Amino acid sequence: MSDTRNLFNRVWDNHVVRELASGQSQIFIGQHLIHEVTSPQAFQMLRDRGLKVMYPERTLATVDHIIPTEIQSRPFADGLAEEMMTAIEKNCDEFGITLLDLNDDRQGVVHIVGPELGVTQPGMTIACGDSHTSTHGAFGSIAMGIGTSQVAAVLASQTLPMSRPKVRRVEVNGELGPGVYAKDVALYIIRKLGVQGGVGYAYEFAGTVFDAMTMEERMTVCNMSIEGGARCGYINPDQTTVDYIRGRPFAPQGAAFEKAAEYWLSLASGPDAQYDDVVVYDAADIEPTVTWGINPGQSIGVSEEIGSVDSFPEQEQAGVREALTFMELEEHQPIKGLKIDVAFVGSCTNGRISDLREAARVAEGHKVADHVRALIVPGSQQVRKQAEEEGLDKIFEEAGFQWRAAGCSMCLAMNPDKLSGRELCASSSNRNFKGRQGSPTGRTLLMSPAMVAAAAIAGEVVDVREVAAPVGV
Amino acid sequence: MKKIVKVTGPGMPLLLDDIDTDRIIPARYLRCVTFDGLGDHVFKDDREQHGDHVFDRDHHQDAKVLVAGRNFGCGSSREHAPQALLRWGIEAIIAESFAEIFHGNCTALGIPCVHATPEQLKQINAAVEADPTLHLTVCLETSTVTHGDTKHDCHVHEGTRTALVSGQWDYLGELLEGEPQIRETASQLPYVTNFA
Repeated sequence: MSDTRNLFNRVWDNHVVRELASGQSQIFIGQHLIHEVTSPQAFQMLRDRGLKVMYPERTLATVDHIIPTEIQSRPFADGLAEEMMTAIEKNCDEFGITLLDLNDDRQGVVHIVGPELGVTQPGMTIACGDSHTSTHGAFGSIAMGIGTSQVAAVLASQTLPMSRPKVRRVEVNGELGPGVYAKDVALYIIRKLGVQGGVGYAYEFAGTVFDAMTMEERMTVCNMSIEGGARCGYINPDQTTVDYIRGRPFAPQGAAFEKAAEYWLSLASGPDAQYDDVVVYDAADIEPTVTWGINPGQSIGVSEEIGSVDSFPEQEQAGVREALTFMELEEHQPIKGLKIDVAFVGSCTNGRISDLREAARVAEGHKVADHVRALIVPGSQQVRKQAEEEGLDKIFEEAGFQWRAAGCSMCLAMNPDKLSGRELCASSSNRNFKGRQGSPTGRTLLMSPAMVAAAAIAGEVVDVREVAAPVGV
Repeated sequence: MKKIVKVTGPGMPLLLDDIDTDRIIPARYLRCVTFDGLGDHVFKDDREQHGDHVFDRDHHQDAKVLVAGRNFGCGSSREHAPQALLRWGIEAIIAESFAEIFHGNCTALGIPCVHATPEQLKQINAAVEADPTLHLTVCLETSTVTHGDTKHDCHVHEGTRTALVSGQWDYLGELLEGEPQIRETASQLPYVTNFA
């Protein structure tokens, strides 16, 4: 009989240690990633119980959330940030874990450095105390965000208690139009399925649109799975995946790589694979997308206007009213032409080299509008170095963008990069929640990096297709 | 571990959908190496922007059972969110649905997450608003929420229910008991053995 399991169930089955008394499965975690925000309390839990890290070699640490992107000398100006840095240094040293600190040129946002170094591989289970761990699913792994007690569990036992989710195949076929990016696809899917539509599911992204995407684009889509409520998202490994991993420092080398590649490809869902649900979308329906509200599902195509409250399902209407009030927007208002104060390119969603290239292509030869503060924050030191080799930093600086060091920065504003007051920010990050960018009353519009760059220059939300020569995506 | 079978106490009416963990505890309060003191900052921004937030009302200061809407706890995986609620005094949450990472975090802290229908939530929320001293009882053995003479049949995820009722919600000990099987499973994974 043919194996009708999809990739998720194959990988899951490979990692089941045993069944627990609660009825959940004990699942082995192949790769654990940690950072400074959600780990200190976990290490303390280990100390309190006299436990060690079971597989320190399967744990990798980096620092990203609280890293200043301007003045990085120690001690940091923010004493609380300094305390967190000191804690992760001490913890990694004491428990024998490799730490990519600020002096290490491999440091960066945890979800950027994992793939970049070849740590992230198909067929793995990956956990990290950060919801955007779903990013790593782009490689055909089961990658899940966890809380701090679970971080402690993975450190101590390399396992987690889990219930198997259902699997929904999210298919997008056809070709994306010019100026339409992976970010737009992700926002479109969340708009269609809702911010809670994925609860109880893992999302398998499939179809010709994802087949044609680069690994960096696939990471952007999987990164946003969590914003649709899914436990994780993934894309089946193919030749694009294999080619991306080849030669990376933590990847298998030589004959072992060929063996690994064969194994990775064998995990992909076959034509007979079964799913708990399937939805199908047409790429032609997706245009550059912008959020107008206070969750990532509240978005529209850039040429659309915000709907009337009563055009939404009854249960969503209170949330729509709250969003319109907070964002100071009206029913039937077009999103185009909305004046912005801040522009931010970066984050684990869109801080990769391809994102910076697209933003630079739009910015080249133009100037940031006088009233706009614009920041480019590379996702890792490697991305920053690559960008500088390509001269992107010069393009940005000449256009009036600030060129910063690597970190999470103004995505969640745990470092000094913050909105102030009611500022409105065009952002390539992943969340437009109230207060997300550091000001309790600050406002966020999510969009692709190219759209952010275009907005920075125009000083308002514009359609990138109208201001930059389109390129094939 | 302590068996968690029943939580009884005054309710906190917060019947809103899609409450994200950035709202429950804004990111600036995550700059800490312990969870101590997080209770003071629950819904900090909402409370500052809306003078009469339920978490500030005198008559809700003893609340133990939070009543919320759909997709409660979405967004960030920060355990700081349920830690902050717990340290404020919340011991159980009733909602239409929960974001999954948040749900897992709550279970690990011994906070029952109970699923109720929108209609049930409206009734429970209204009852608490009408009488803030009203006690809500969440019973995990029967998966019910009771106030006065009214009993609602609700739903609790079976794995969670079993773990809480049997006192196995602090699962670390049980996970560690599986060490021989953990090592065995690892040895079968080609990437653990470097595809040798």
